[in-house]
Amino acid sequence: MSDETLHDLDVRRQLCPIPVIKTQNKVAELAQGEVLRVTCTDPGALNDIPAWCRINGHEVLATEESDLEVVITLRVGEPSVAL
Amino acid sequence: MSEAAAPVTRPSADPLPRRAIALVSGGLDSMLAVKVMQEQGIHVEGVNFFTGFCVEGHTHAIRKKDKDKNKRNNALWVAEELGIKLHIIDISEEYKDVVLNPKHGYGAHLNPCLDCKIFMVNQATLMLNKARELAGEKGFDFIITGEVVGQRPKSQRKETMPIISSESGADDRLLRPLSALNLPETLPEREGWVDRSRLHDFSGRNRKPQIELARRFGLEDYAQPSGGCCFLTDESYSRKLADLWRARNERRYELDDIMLLKVGRHIRPQPHLKLIISREEGENRFLEGYRYQFTSLTTVSCPGPLALVDGRFESEAELEQAAAIVARYSKGRGDDTVTVEVKEPGGVAREVRIAPARPEDIPKNWLVA
Repeated sequence: MSDETLHDLDVRRQLCPIPVIKTQNKVAELAQGEVLRVTCTDPGALNDIPAWCRINGHEVLATEESDLEVVITLRVGEPSVAL
Repeated sequence: MSEAAAPVTRPSADPLPRRAIALVSGGLDSMLAVKVMQEQGIHVEGVNFFTGFCVEGHTHAIRKKDKDKNKRNNALWVAEELGIKLHIIDISEEYKDVVLNPKHGYGAHLNPCLDCKIFMVNQATLMLNKARELAGEKGFDFIITGEVVGQRPKSQRKETMPIISSESGADDRLLRPLSALNLPETLPEREGWVDRSRLHDFSGRNRKPQIELARRFGLEDYAQPSGGCCFLTDESYSRKLADLWRARNERRYELDDIMLLKVGRHIRPQPHLKLIISREEGENRFLEGYRYQFTSLTTVSCPGPLALVDGRFESEAELEQAAAIVARYSKGRGDDTVTVEVKEPGGVAREVRIAPARPEDIPKNWLVA
């Protein structure tokens, strides 16, 4: 990942589905292939953000979980029709 | 409306399937509606609206005792099961007007179900129009919902179905696959994009036809239908919201207000002052994040809850009263005195030694529930 731009999104203290919505909105601003790291405190994000990625064609590169935080790193896939 | 509703004409050899936007709540009905369309070769994408009042996931995320429960977001899970894309849209700001000024009134509590449905279908209609403008034939042709005639007392009645179609602006581009045979023909049926004879005539509150259809589609795992996807249908939550408006002398709210109504024990010892007291560690951690906005109280001489003060102390006596209530819910409730830290949002803190309140010091009518 060293030669890729790494974007960060901090959605700590926000409850699902807000972390998913903010991830979705941030991904819409990025180009295909760019990498986004999302930091959350709602443990539900560990299920929801990867599910959102699978549905919408983005690749989850890593998920890390500590006692207080969940970090999900994803690579942006093909853009879809804007809704 | 008629201009926007004009069908996009395609040559018959065009391989592109017709495209529908589905309102996906995460429940069984919207899941079946999508399946019925997919069975007819329609390309479906889902939208799910975040109003701020969604029950989905929140309480599980906050409460530690629910930590082992499955925290999946049902709308996302349904979309994955169906193999459709899902767009989750934050409408919490625009939705305030629906909650505060529902043209068609409220249901049993503060649930503006009919206005809510009109609003959501209208949002989907605007999305459909925008997508067609931007993407032409790769845009969308119509909207589907899992509505069933007679299923909900406020919004899903035979007479409300056409109101939703017309007031949302969707008109005959709104198709309800599960109840279509009880309703007038819509554009996708007239144009032959959808075969009306393969749609359904479900009506009423009986869930057997849905369960049978789910079985036919091989769907075994789905969210149990309860009608409880929105906190506004909850009596206790609606009472807390009404109490908030009464205390402020105006009907308004911010997202933080309605999130905090989902958490903790709410006690109003003064008309201008309410305490939000955590009931366990998960709520404690959640309320912790609001200490920079609210005055907070916590016990320091013994383990105890964290409480936020919604309002202001007008005297030292009011502050001591609040500290005594917080001490009542701490492990030191049997002690002669408990030390309570009172912290301002800016971080300035002081300590108060106080005798914990006795049960009779907290009248039932202070509890907002």
